[in-house]
Amino acid sequence: MEVPADMMRLVASLLALILVLGACASADDDTLTIYSGRGEELVGPVIERFEEETGITVEVRYGDSAELAATLLAEGEDSPADVFFAQDPASLGSVAAAGLFERLDDDILSLVDPRFSDAGGEWIGISGRVRVVAYDTSLVDPSTFPADEDGFTDGAWANRVAIAPTNGSFLTFVAAKIVLDGEEATLAWLEGMAANNAPTYPKNSAIIAAIDEGQVEAGLVNHYYRMRFAAESPDTVVANHFFDSESAGGLVMPAGVGVIGSSDAAVQFVEYLLSEESQRYFAETTFEYPLIGAVEADPGLTPLSELPQPDFDLSDLAGLLDRATELVAEAGLL
Amino acid sequence: MLAPTSREGRPGARPGRGPSRLLLLAAFLVLVPVALPIVSLVGTVLANLGELDSVLSWERLLELSARSVLLVATVTATALVIGTSLAWVLVRTDLPGRRLWSVAVALPLAIPSYVLALTLLAFSGPRGLFQDFAGIELPVFDGFFGAWLALSLSTFPYVFLLTAESFRSIDPSLEEAARGLGASPTRVFLTITLPQLRPALGAGALLSGLYALSDFGAVSLMRYDTFTRAIYAQYAGRLDRTPAATLSILLIVLALAFIWGEQRSRGRGELWSRTVRRPAPTHILTMLGRAGSRIWLSLVVVTGVVLPACVLVAWVARGVAAGSIVEFDWGALGGTLLVSALAATVATVFAIPVAILTVRHPGRIATWVDRLVGVTYSLPHITVALAVLVFTLAWLRPLYQGIGVLVVAYAAVFLSQAAGAATSALRTVNPNLEEASRGLGHSSAATLVRVTLPLIWRGLLAGAALVFLTTVKELPITLLLRPTGLDTLAVRVWSAAGELFYANAAMSALLLVLVSVIPAYLLVIKPRAVRA
Repeated sequence: MEVPADMMRLVASLLALILVLGACASADDDTLTIYSGRGEELVGPVIERFEEETGITVEVRYGDSAELAATLLAEGEDSPADVFFAQDPASLGSVAAAGLFERLDDDILSLVDPRFSDAGGEWIGISGRVRVVAYDTSLVDPSTFPADEDGFTDGAWANRVAIAPTNGSFLTFVAAKIVLDGEEATLAWLEGMAANNAPTYPKNSAIIAAIDEGQVEAGLVNHYYRMRFAAESPDTVVANHFFDSESAGGLVMPAGVGVIGSSDAAVQFVEYLLSEESQRYFAETTFEYPLIGAVEADPGLTPLSELPQPDFDLSDLAGLLDRATELVAEAGLL
Repeated sequence: MLAPTSREGRPGARPGRGPSRLLLLAAFLVLVPVALPIVSLVGTVLANLGELDSVLSWERLLELSARSVLLVATVTATALVIGTSLAWVLVRTDLPGRRLWSVAVALPLAIPSYVLALTLLAFSGPRGLFQDFAGIELPVFDGFFGAWLALSLSTFPYVFLLTAESFRSIDPSLEEAARGLGASPTRVFLTITLPQLRPALGAGALLSGLYALSDFGAVSLMRYDTFTRAIYAQYAGRLDRTPAATLSILLIVLALAFIWGEQRSRGRGELWSRTVRRPAPTHILTMLGRAGSRIWLSLVVVTGVVLPACVLVAWVARGVAAGSIVEFDWGALGGTLLVSALAATVATVFAIPVAILTVRHPGRIATWVDRLVGVTYSLPHITVALAVLVFTLAWLRPLYQGIGVLVVAYAAVFLSQAAGAATSALRTVNPNLEEASRGLGHSSAATLVRVTLPLIWRGLLAGAALVFLTTVKELPITLLLRPTGLDTLAVRVWSAAGELFYANAAMSALLLVLVSVIPAYLLVIKPRAVRA
């Protein structure tokens, strides 16, 4: 029969193709390889502009920040990545702790308020995101909100305030709470939320969608999700409430970037992210807080300088991520 | 998979001859990537035995086990009922338009469970799309109900495809004889037809149940806590891999119990007679039967395909109305086609030695090969991806982030599907044909190529189509192991939806479903091509 012989040939050539493709998968040296924990929809346009303006070819590996950090740790010194662009300080901190980042130059570090970068100069903040309470304006009167997250363990809020206990930004907030309030108080708060039957969601975006669809009244999220959602659903009922207190619940968390190995293109990329052009993009398109002085945040947002912020070092957070997860598990939220 | 567990009297077995060395070598090579995640998990746990108590409380572990078991049991049962009933209607009756219906009921396979969950959530509830259009408020489809619904819809096609094939190939003479002796149709179905469907039902139950066990996307969005969600939480929330590995071992125990139960319940005898190959009689539906069948089919197709598609279209429309630029991502489409076609090919090649071992040499080795393949299929994909990533970095560094490793990882995870189809196909081949070939002086390899493969290649094609349909929607393995820069539609859907770019996410998801129409069509028209 002719069919199987053809089929075998087809199979053999496909297998050969796989091996060949596998062998030439490693990118050549001229390209800048970025591991991005930020979505392609958000940062893809910035990276494209960078390529156009500098002529540098960029390869991007998009993924989840925590998973990419774990990947970098597994790859170690000879990681193919030149740049790690992450959603949260905790992912950046774990890579910094492994000694994989090159220290950034002082003239780059000086562009951004030091409280939004690593104290040791291993990574630098690019854009700011604030922890807020997103809520349904048709169901909740914002004047009833407590001064900070601690008030949500009150029985009056039972079943009403959603959290995303497995999400990176929530865990970073828990790590910050450990630094500010101590482990005992943090665990008590998590247990209080669990006792209040706080609905749990896998991520911020799911909480916003659930509020919009009337499935839950409020939720602890990052501020820009609501604005992004409104870009496609202008008449959404979801609004943001900013805490007016120096608590972990209203923390400004930067997305940031670190450089791996010595690559001029990587440094150029960091500089580009901190250029007025990119910062304006983050302010206007992704609704985040720009971190260089020359660019203003979206007029609908409370200015960064007016947000009361607790005083602490973001670099402290990274080592606390595992502890934060343990506490979340201990409280019965996993 | 359909491995017989008894040693004697099996049709298709080759008594007196053990598996050849070449076959054992081939099976061993295939099992290396299949066993890798399991070995790595056991290794991690053994290396950290001291720290095991701190992961989750025993009460919580018991609770999660109970929830996982409940979900797997109900999803499996539902998939069996939906899949078998649809297969009967679409194979054994004269309902008009059976081919079109068959393609439609295979399509939910291609919709990622997280997309199905998102659309069901957006459809239901106090401000869901149904409320918008019909003015009637549905309860939110979340929690256990939502997870059960989403996973039942995404797994019943496995049962449908396998039992449809079985309905076509079982020998009608037994049914005719029973009917001739005066048995009622119900009795004929229960005592004659159902036992003959048993292998297909078992295989379908495993594919559906273990898929439900491994799922993260639907259960997390539906907010139904299971073992798999707990495992993902440990991976996401800590750098220490031991807690996740410990939980994964417990999941393996659950999967083994499920597989063992299926293997045990197979019974010893087999009713399959393979001498006759003629179509079973067609059941002429009454007017009422026709109407009932159409309602049932519509209900399933509307919930599993039309409703999600409508929600996706609504999202695209909403985004466009608000000024979003929605684009077709041709690169991601190409990436999806490439990796899925390669995964289907490699999984099919892997399935050949596994099928020969299980069908021709049933016994302890074959049984354990089956279990291994099933366990890896049931693992959360992140577990598999991380094990492969670490292994590749340590031992195959030049192949790291190459498409080869990605494809082999897919093939290892979805081997259960390809091997199931190959096993069923090989059972229909009379081993005497192969003996005759060898008797005439052909080597085992030549016999495989000249005799066996020509007889089973349509079965292999069915397995390949199943793997293709499952790979197009795969996410965790793709994210961690893909070559930098290679995009797939599933990745685009995940990333766009996560950042609330719903219009773009929906467009990619619609493309994903469109891409899947072709393999679904192949799966469904295949048996007709045999007859033609």
